[in-house]
Amino acid sequence: MFGRLNELALKHDWIEYAAGVSMILGGILVIALITYHKKWKWLWKEYITSVDHKRIGVMYLVVSFVMLVKGLIDGLMMRAQQATSVGDSFGYLGAEHFQQIFTAHGVTMIFFVGMGVVFGIINIILPLQIGARDVAFPFLNSVSFWLFTAGGLYILISLMIGVFAGTGWTAYPPLAGLKYNPGVGVDYWIWSIQISGIGSLLSGVNFLVTILKMRCPGMTLRRMPIFVWATLATVVLVIAAFPILTANIAMLSTDRLLDTKIFTADFGGNPMMYINLIWAWGHPEVYILILPIFGIFSEYIPVFSKKKLFGYTSMVWAIAAITFLSFIVWLHHFFTMGAGANVNAFFGIMTMIIAVPTGVKVFNWLFTMYRGRVEFKTPMLWFIGFVVTFVTGGMTGVMMAIPAIDFQVHNSLFLIAHFHSVIIGGVVFGFFAGFTYWFPKIFGFKLDEKLGTYAFWCWLFGFLIAFMPLYLLGFMGATRRLNHYEASTGWHPLFVTAAIGALIILAGVIFQVLQIYVSIKKRKEYKDTTGDPWNGRTLEWSTTSPPPFYNFAFIPEVHGRDAFWSMKHAKETPENRPYEDIHMPTNTGIGFYIGVLSCIGGFAIVWHIFWMAGLCVLGIIASLIIRLGNKHPHYYVKAEEVERIEKRTRNA
Amino acid sequence: MTQSKAMKHEPLPDPYQDEYSRTTFGFWVYLLTDFMMFATIFAVYAVLHKSTFGGPGPKELFDLPSVMNQTWVLLVATFFVGFGGASVHRKHRAGTITYFLLTFILGITFLWLQFDDLSLLVKRGASWKSNAFLSAYFTLIGTFAVHIVFGLLWIIVLILPVIKRGIDMVSVRRLTCLRMFWQFLNIIWIFIFSIVYLLGVIQ
Repeated sequence: MFGRLNELALKHDWIEYAAGVSMILGGILVIALITYHKKWKWLWKEYITSVDHKRIGVMYLVVSFVMLVKGLIDGLMMRAQQATSVGDSFGYLGAEHFQQIFTAHGVTMIFFVGMGVVFGIINIILPLQIGARDVAFPFLNSVSFWLFTAGGLYILISLMIGVFAGTGWTAYPPLAGLKYNPGVGVDYWIWSIQISGIGSLLSGVNFLVTILKMRCPGMTLRRMPIFVWATLATVVLVIAAFPILTANIAMLSTDRLLDTKIFTADFGGNPMMYINLIWAWGHPEVYILILPIFGIFSEYIPVFSKKKLFGYTSMVWAIAAITFLSFIVWLHHFFTMGAGANVNAFFGIMTMIIAVPTGVKVFNWLFTMYRGRVEFKTPMLWFIGFVVTFVTGGMTGVMMAIPAIDFQVHNSLFLIAHFHSVIIGGVVFGFFAGFTYWFPKIFGFKLDEKLGTYAFWCWLFGFLIAFMPLYLLGFMGATRRLNHYEASTGWHPLFVTAAIGALIILAGVIFQVLQIYVSIKKRKEYKDTTGDPWNGRTLEWSTTSPPPFYNFAFIPEVHGRDAFWSMKHAKETPENRPYEDIHMPTNTGIGFYIGVLSCIGGFAIVWHIFWMAGLCVLGIIASLIIRLGNKHPHYYVKAEEVERIEKRTRNA
Repeated sequence: MTQSKAMKHEPLPDPYQDEYSRTTFGFWVYLLTDFMMFATIFAVYAVLHKSTFGGPGPKELFDLPSVMNQTWVLLVATFFVGFGGASVHRKHRAGTITYFLLTFILGITFLWLQFDDLSLLVKRGASWKSNAFLSAYFTLIGTFAVHIVFGLLWIIVLILPVIKRGIDMVSVRRLTCLRMFWQFLNIIWIFIFSIVYLLGVIQ
């Protein structure tokens, strides 16, 4: 009846119980608060069933923040373990638990924080920047978001029911195969990534069509803001890379469920095939995370430097070059596989070449600042931090691109330090910058600058103190994923330093929470009445903050790059046009139901409750058929209604 | 050109909400992703097709005449689905229903033939559990069969409203996507037929 789900699934050690209990208490607190403020109906109508790209984007950011906290706690726990587990002391975590934590940390941070913030920002900003009223397929967008959330839930559920994978975030077979990992951990991993991955894939299709089909009149490709170009490149990567992940994990899953022999170590199976395929997705994936961030920098650096972007065309070509090259470097993740000197040399050289377009971009940003009137608001601070950390990370990356060096530092903490430099220094810093920059557009008031500055310095120094020691440790021979080491290695002081750095990062996050809290308290003071608080250059600043649900009362017409800048500086004032009816998509709960059914269905497969999984599949098909039968997927907002909303917000 | 003709019958409500061109283009992009997925499984098959672990290989196992029958059935189904797509654009209700139902019947026939073949393999002791080659083979064919099943389901879901209410803009859009889906599957099958079966038997 319930497959392999029995009371043993609930047996855990006290740390996991504590985590589970605090999670349940947190959930109860949230539910109680919503009930107390009588916000259920509002939540359901305005967010859960919403197909508005801005609302969906905000939900992405909320989920990502929850997952960031989870991932950060994982990181802190690992640092605490490695700082204490030396010589005769074995720390406070068992090996089984430790390996689940490093796996969960990687999965959480890449799939549910990195992807979440990237898709969150793209969702909110992209349609505004191209002068569209929504994405191409609003309902599909809602489905994508709920699939993403459903995938993320498994990481939390596995804390309480069963275990998570202990295989590392890429789950290499044969370790992740049936023979060596018969339990539910790897299955949780599979369905977490499979479900959220399908969500990302659908988002990719959605945004590609949005960019190519929904731009406002006059916005030719070469007039698009660089963020839109970066998103275009990102979604091309999503479309080309995510199917590889889907197929690869599906085959790992048939190995585990149907006993096929594709990636097994015996019966002719080939585990190295899996490793090739996961990185054929995995390397484009890191560019899926970083390219939109490059786009964010290209948007606000001109604004805060009071200059137009330096080298627009070279930026676009650099993005295109990175997009192409990102597909022919995957083998550098496993030079040690022994593919042969020539193959390794090819992939090594390709990897080094990626540094060229990336360097072009960094120089372009610096040249944009050069001789500009630079205003050092928090986003600019994040950019300075980015240059330091990302360039360090990039250079160590080029070092590892040399196969001979890679053989020395493969799977060492040097690698860990490298990719944290580019992911924290790049994706995370860049996201915080973009978040601060666009926050007034999303919510209608600015964030507190002072607390933002504190958060920045904590993050920057916390990052340097936490990860620079890892470079040294890597050179000293410390491999990744160690839960214990001998005192004679001399690593202990450096691990303690790294743990202190992680605590400083935690202080940075606390400052950010405070920043949001204080800004909400002072929202009247920080209110953005103009819709254009930073003297912006692109179309999102031409509408009110927050924008009305239809974004623009009139679809803008564009005559060049930096469209809003030229509108502001145009001599003639726009004539008074009568308002028109606006065609908008209707809200629907079906995306949410599909997410819930996917989540239950995946859970059922993890525990081999196949009848329940079958019912969920039928439920999803039924939901889609109901959706097809929907006679009112769109409606018209009447011109009078538009006029009323416009008058109210413009005069407020 | 039939597309633009069909579009002329009803003016679009709003040039920026051109749902037909957005949906068909979006569906095309989705098909690209599906193509990548099949490409991945093909790559796995290409790597593993000799890993028989001492068991019989493609040459001993595949029954080429039967596969030829499957191919003909699928090709004719795709031929009909093309007619079906053209009928939709001409708002020719009877033609639409007939051609899509013919496609449906041929699709079922294809599945039945394929199931027959595969169950024969399993009976002979060559199941998906036997070795890496057969695992990759069954995964590829299985993924294809799942696509066909969804295609069949989709025909039912989209044809019922046409039978009940006739053809409107919405069914033109949806049936066009369905037509593309079948044609896409046919292309995939050509790859399977030539790479898996023909090359497999020649080797």
